[in-house]
Amino acid sequence: MTALAVLTTALLTASVALIFFYAPVDADGLNQKIFYFHVPIALTSYACFGWGALKAFVHLWKRREGADLESYVAIHQGVIFGALTLLTGSIWAKVRWGHWWTWGDEQLVLFLVLFLFYCAYFMLRFSVEPGPRRARLSAVYALFGVALIPVSFLAIRLANDFIHPTVFTRHGAQMTHTMFAAFCVSWAALLALAHVMYRVELLGKRIDANLRDLRESLTAA
Amino acid sequence: MSSGEKYVAAAYAVVFLAVLVWVVIIAAKLVRLERETADLAALARRTVPGRVGDDG
Repeated sequence: MTALAVLTTALLTASVALIFFYAPVDADGLNQKIFYFHVPIALTSYACFGWGALKAFVHLWKRREGADLESYVAIHQGVIFGALTLLTGSIWAKVRWGHWWTWGDEQLVLFLVLFLFYCAYFMLRFSVEPGPRRARLSAVYALFGVALIPVSFLAIRLANDFIHPTVFTRHGAQMTHTMFAAFCVSWAALLALAHVMYRVELLGKRIDANLRDLRESLTAA
Repeated sequence: MSSGEKYVAAAYAVVFLAVLVWVVIIAAKLVRLERETADLAALARRTVPGRVGDDG
């Protein structure tokens, strides 16, 4: 875990250095620098939701102990990164389009739907008593949510009247090599950050559960 | 600082702030876990005398 945290710090430092001192400023001006964090954060939130759905599937299929908690923590990370996607996206939208938000853009609205869907996951989870039923319901909900990810990702490519910039097309990444290098390092840094946050939160929840068990055993003794 | 620069700084500050808030929350949780562990150790000493903390 320590090595991973050190690697994350190094990657984040390298990504900020690459973004501001290596990647060129394109025709859009300096505001394009938001892209290097905004898009990787969005992709990281998709990855977290996907990981949460995978763990939910493992829980439903193999009934592996701990998979439900792993799914919950991954979705929690996804929501954190999802909120950051919306915030950084709004700031970028204000610079580029002059509005904090526009309901006419399918990508924005679908990402908001995906975000709210996973926010509702917590409402569902905490409205049911802890136990196998809660774990099962949460897992089924998490699996339904993952179907929204490809819809959200592809919406921008299927829509005809979009204003959202499309960088990754079927012809590859529409940017220079230096920009692509900065983007890749930035994405790796954010994935590593999400992984560290996931592991730390999971560890905290496991210690919490163990302490609760220990307290119950000692009180019963 | 130009308007574009301010927005770029704001976007990066939001991410930095979010990570900082997360670190503060985790730190608060660690303090709570430490307190609970100490409580449990005290409870264990009372419940099972001579079994906990014997090794030093």
